[in-house]
Amino acid sequence: MTGSGDGTTPLLQARDLRKSYGSVQALRGASFDLAAGEVVALIGDNGAGKSTLVKCLSGVEAPDSGEIVIDGSPVVLDSPSAARAHGIETAYQDLAVAPDLDPAANLFLGRELRRPGLLGALGMLDKQRMRREAAEQFSRLGVTLQDIDVPIGSLSGGQRQSVAVARSVVWASRVVFLDEPTAALGVVQRERVLDVVRKVRDTGVAVVLISHNMPEVLAVADRIEVLRLGARVARFTASDVTLEQLVGAMTGALTQEEGR
Amino acid sequence: MLLVLAVGMTFVIITAGIDLSVGSVLVFAGVVAATVMEALGGGDATDAGPGVVIAGLVAALVGGGVWGLLNGLLVAMARIPPLIVTLGSFGAALGAAQLVTDGVDVRTVPKALRDGLGFGQTFQVPHMVALAAVVTLAGAWLLHTTRFGRRTFAVGSSAEAARRAGIPVRGHLVRVYTGVGLLAGLAGFMSLAYFGTTTISGHSTDNLNAIAAVVLGGTSLFGGVGTVFGTVIGVFIPAVLTKGFVIVGVQQFWQPVAISAVLVAAVWFDQVRRRSRDRG
Ligand SMILES: Nc1ncnc2c1ncn2[C@@H]1O[C@H](COP(=O)(O)OP(=O)(O)OP(=O)(O)O)[C@@H](O)[C@H]1O
Ligand SMILES: [Mg+2]
Repeated sequence: MTGSGDGTTPLLQARDLRKSYGSVQALRGASFDLAAGEVVALIGDNGAGKSTLVKCLSGVEAPDSGEIVIDGSPVVLDSPSAARAHGIETAYQDLAVAPDLDPAANLFLGRELRRPGLLGALGMLDKQRMRREAAEQFSRLGVTLQDIDVPIGSLSGGQRQSVAVARSVVWASRVVFLDEPTAALGVVQRERVLDVVRKVRDTGVAVVLISHNMPEVLAVADRIEVLRLGARVARFTASDVTLEQLVGAMTGALTQEEGR
Repeated sequence: MLLVLAVGMTFVIITAGIDLSVGSVLVFAGVVAATVMEALGGGDATDAGPGVVIAGLVAALVGGGVWGLLNGLLVAMARIPPLIVTLGSFGAALGAAQLVTDGVDVRTVPKALRDGLGFGQTFQVPHMVALAAVVTLAGAWLLHTTRFGRRTFAVGSSAEAARRAGIPVRGHLVRVYTGVGLLAGLAGFMSLAYFGTTTISGHSTDNLNAIAAVVLGGTSLFGGVGTVFGTVIGVFIPAVLTKGFVIVGVQQFWQPVAISAVLVAAVWFDQVRRRSRDRG
């Protein structure tokens, strides 16, 4: 067990999570550890349960059993808002954005800015300010959009994904989950996302990166956790792992720990 | 009255829902209001004062709001498709209205209400029209400039994405359906003022007219897209068509045929637009 190593309490832990969809067991005793300020890559074959684990840790799905621990105390993340309240943000693999709303509206979805004063108290939005701040954030994070006023559904898949990543990064104060953020991206955008990951890490926010791209994982992650058939099977430090070990862990040729 | 119903319907359809019950809820609210006013007026409300009229308005709003709340709870909490829920309340609200009155229209409506709202005018502007305009402007403001409106679009665009963004989707749906119920209640009260009787059997196609107006106005039945302004246009298209047919001398029975054709075309355009967008 490597754990958090230095004896400090880990920021976020999942212990023995189980989750079934009907007869499909997506998680069979999955565990996960995350320390403050580190980049952890979560890898595994298709259907290994990565996205399900992320959903459980972001309050989107409720695990059937198991425990989620933040700063050493067990928590119940029974809604996305509960996870947000702990500073956890997520760029989901699917259903991340509202396709009929523009990028600025999506960036501020669920956190709409209201006008100052009485009009704001009546619920009136401050659209100008949201648009301006969204444009700033997009350019800071290298999201290139020709037109910021079109519904996000009319953007390319990669642009949509970039907006989802930007949103999670902008709001996260402790943890960002990025579920295959680079899957639809071109080479340039992919590098930008990895840069963003590093920048975010430098501000002290922990990043969990899900990816099938091993060079990318090795380039940016501090640690790697491997999920197979709904349970964690191995943990590595990125600096002393080989591609063979990672592939071995994902395919089941190599197992460090068993789902409990 | 149709405009008031259609403004509410715009919100529901933008959430990717539908409300078939508005006409029946209108009738129910009218019946409740008329019965309350009659009772307060001692069996005949014709000469009742403003206090009784206000009690009638409150009764209409409560009567409408309760059905809306019920619709909202069944749609959002029990997750029954809105088509089925509101088809149920379409029948149930009408039945309830008939139970209240034994199927006989209440005919004594305060003269104060009829003269004040039903036929009243200020500077040539009928009060009915003014009230509908106020409701429409308020609806447009709510939908297009407030957080409530923004979230209405978000919920209709992708309920799951909205939920993941921390928006209380279920609560929002309950509020939207309740709002439509309240508007149907208001429309019922207006109908009472205008017709001077509860017109129990006169609103069986209000729901379809309201839906048609909203869809003609460019609101997507799939949710996430729409404007109150479009709905206003949509409400007037049938009237304009009728006028046009009269002018060019076409038999007026062609009007529903033409409306239906335009309606189908509107939905088709929406489909095409959606498909070309999702290809992106
Ligand atoms: N909503 C759902 N309903 C039914 N089954 C589901 C659902 N979500 C996930 N599953 C099942 O759970 C298993 C794990 O899925 P999950 O999406 O977590 O995999 P993943 O590791 O993210 O895969 P990928 O790399 O393809 O994204 C799969 O077998 C999948 O079919
Ligand atoms: Mg996945």
